[in-house]
Amino acid sequence: MAGYSDPGFDTLALHAGAAPDPATGARAVPIHLTTSFVFENSEHAASLFNMERAGHVYSRISNPTNAVLEERVAALEGGVGAIATASGQAALHLAVATLAGAGSHIVASSALYGGSHNLLNYTMSRFGISTTFVKPGDVDGWRAAIRPHTRLLFGETLGNPGLDVMDIPTVSAIAHDAGLPLLVDSTFTTPWLMKPFDHGADLVFHSATKFLSGHGTVIGGVLVDSGRFDWDRSGRFPELTEPYAGFHGMVFSEESTVGAFLLRARREGLRDFGACMSPHTAWLILQGIETLPLRMARHVENTRKVVAFLAAHSMVARVGYPELDGHPSQALARTLLPRGCGSVFSFDMKGSRAQGRAFIETLKIFSHLANVGDCRSLVIHPASTTHFRMDDAALGAAGITPGTIRLSIGLEDADDLIDDLKRAFKAAEKVT
Amino acid sequence: MKITVQGHETYAYTGGKALDTALPCLVFVHGALHDHSLWTLLARWFAHHGHGVLALDLPGHGRSAGPPPPDVEATADWLLAALYAAGVKQAVLVGHSLGSLIGLEAAARAPERVTRLLMLAIAFPMKVSDALFSTALADPVKAMHMVNNFSISTTAAKPSHPGPGAWLHGGNQVLMERNVAQARNELGIDLFTHDFQVCDRYAGGLQAAARVRCPVHFILGARDQMAHPRASRELGAALKAQVVTLPAVGHHMMAEAPDAVLAALRAALA
Repeated sequence: MAGYSDPGFDTLALHAGAAPDPATGARAVPIHLTTSFVFENSEHAASLFNMERAGHVYSRISNPTNAVLEERVAALEGGVGAIATASGQAALHLAVATLAGAGSHIVASSALYGGSHNLLNYTMSRFGISTTFVKPGDVDGWRAAIRPHTRLLFGETLGNPGLDVMDIPTVSAIAHDAGLPLLVDSTFTTPWLMKPFDHGADLVFHSATKFLSGHGTVIGGVLVDSGRFDWDRSGRFPELTEPYAGFHGMVFSEESTVGAFLLRARREGLRDFGACMSPHTAWLILQGIETLPLRMARHVENTRKVVAFLAAHSMVARVGYPELDGHPSQALARTLLPRGCGSVFSFDMKGSRAQGRAFIETLKIFSHLANVGDCRSLVIHPASTTHFRMDDAALGAAGITPGTIRLSIGLEDADDLIDDLKRAFKAAEKVT
Repeated sequence: MKITVQGHETYAYTGGKALDTALPCLVFVHGALHDHSLWTLLARWFAHHGHGVLALDLPGHGRSAGPPPPDVEATADWLLAALYAAGVKQAVLVGHSLGSLIGLEAAARAPERVTRLLMLAIAFPMKVSDALFSTALADPVKAMHMVNNFSISTTAAKPSHPGPGAWLHGGNQVLMERNVAQARNELGIDLFTHDFQVCDRYAGGLQAAARVRCPVHFILGARDQMAHPRASRELGAALKAQVVTLPAVGHHMMAEAPDAVLAALRAALA
């Protein structure tokens, strides 16, 4: 495939990391459901364990099917490599645990997925890693929150729940001025809509459960390294620049100039925490990625039609989509997300919690569940589900109203989705 | 390890073990815009199998300071000085692309110090197209993408370097861009143009070959679009080189096919 130009996105989505199987001729990626891999002899075994040769030993550390997924996502993101993990949460934990330890500090956007907020605010603090949360658009806040022991800045391409577009060029510049890397959760946008590395991010992770898989079938995550952060020059990461007693005294930044982070993450984090991905899961996510460009285009096309319908509806008080006039991130979205702002967004329905419940329960095509990024359209009413313990004041502080409804627009006929919504609005109108 | 060569700090990767100069020594020399990290798998293997190993960063590349020497001949002098600084009296030289030209010239200048010469992805003359030079002046990153795409023959190299999950195109691109940016920022030079001009202008290959006394091996990639195997024939004949052509392998062979290259190196040294 060598030529003058890099292979395009659609080509990489189908081919990166995979070739016909040399043993069988199988054209699709085989599923290597095996825990272990036979050594040629004792010397071969020793050389694999000592990183004198590249290869697979045990599927917690690496697996041929997973490796195809890792290379493919790295190729699509413009990175140097990736690690597949058991979930998006596991990918975030792997990134944090590789760079931070007890006494370390993280600066994170306050507009995070709830699971990420829980991990940083409650769980990691129990292990001595503290986090300061700042509003994603508060540039001075990012800078002011950095401390001597800060090891990482972290945010989402599209924040939760308001879809604040992260100003990655600005925040990454703040991080780099302080000798720190920027980690970005790119789940909602996928590399088809935006490649955070092009804008200065250093590390990216996905909940591959969502759009990468695209079919609501498996849980998985992928952590990608841009290879561009200079760990030696930063001087803040002895985990990568000084001998590691846990792996032959290896100095990872000497071992790989551009891949030190992933070496440590795999040789320590995957090995010891063990949050690896099943090869079967990797295969299903690969099936999804093969059609990612087609699906994302349709997701965005359908979303724009639904957003336009909602924005004009008399029972809708607000639609939180960055392409709309009045959204605080509209200008950033035009710059960073010209292909669209994804297909997950919230809108505020006028009325009570009871009307919100009626709306949801009348929908036929939209599935009421806790997920996003499926090929099927999804809906959830935060006030009666994920945030049901909150009173109205607390909901307001979280940017949620009793009438807030989150949609994840799928690949159905857009007219059918709009008809479904029309029926639900009529049902909600009848609730007093 | 760090040594001082011609007044500048020089980095050499030693394969995960301290250099033992009492052992047979292998010295790895990287090519244009690269550094030692392309050799780490191979260097670790030999360091743990009875060899002293030095995988050097050339001046102005990776972790080595100082301006890069102006031509192959001067870089060969630097290489011999590096061996002296490290306490290595004799060595097998293993070069990749530009690094193999440097090894050739070093073997010609100090034949008593080079016991064997292994030249990977070699072509002579190593001419570089005007299109690449002009692209580099207008858009250096684009030029590096061109080099990257001509260097790597597949989007599915297995096993990947340095290990599973590595995307070779990304790793090579970032490594080249990092070296170019570092040289621009710290030395004020255009490393892309420098390195490829050094390749392009080297004319002394056949004269050097006449002075080489050690056995010579060529390890070539059948799919090498940067240094096609046929571009090495005249030099190979002059050196009476033993030639191994690795099937389905491109210019970036240590990363694309580390096991195949290891097997070829072991066979050459057997």
